[in-house]
Amino acid sequence: MILEMLSWVFLVAGGLLGIIGGIGIHRFPDFFSRLHAAGITDTLCAALILSGLGLQSGFSLVSFKLVLIFAFILFTSPTASHALANAALHGGVKPQLDD
Amino acid sequence: MMYAAAATAILVTIGLALARALLGPTVYDRILAVNMIGTKTVLLIAVFAFLSGRTDILDIALVYALINFIAVVAVLKLVELGYLFTSGDTEEQEAKPE
Repeated sequence: MILEMLSWVFLVAGGLLGIIGGIGIHRFPDFFSRLHAAGITDTLCAALILSGLGLQSGFSLVSFKLVLIFAFILFTSPTASHALANAALHGGVKPQLDD
Repeated sequence: MMYAAAATAILVTIGLALARALLGPTVYDRILAVNMIGTKTVLLIAVFAFLSGRTDILDIALVYALINFIAVVAVLKLVELGYLFTSGDTEEQEAKPE
């Protein structure tokens, strides 16, 4: 019963974080701050949702696959964000310094 | 039931990211939105695997996470350098850089 409640809380929190990241992408003024908003949803929202699913499946091959997916997302998402920011800065997008 | 809630939340996030992809002033906003949609699709597949009970489609989510990253890096190279790969005649490519 506790497991059910816990994975329910994780899944809903992950979903809400995703929506918050989606709203953040629209509200932030310039590209580099939007990169931060997208970064939030990539890592923490994925962690919460995948751990919520992992709780449901217990110790099995399925939760091992979930851990693997989360490991790949954890490694590739920051690298992609870094490459994106690097390309944007190189491509001439100026960060908005003072409001 | 909770899987449906998580799936709708992820769909709303994908909708918001799609709106940013359409509105995004710079091309990098669009790449950012596409990257976000890709990551959310991975989560959507994972949630759908549990929703439908067929957990063997988690491999698809795994492959999608990798290909999403490679696609973002490839598009960035295309945007930054103007070409993705030169078809062998490199001297012609160097002659006119843009």
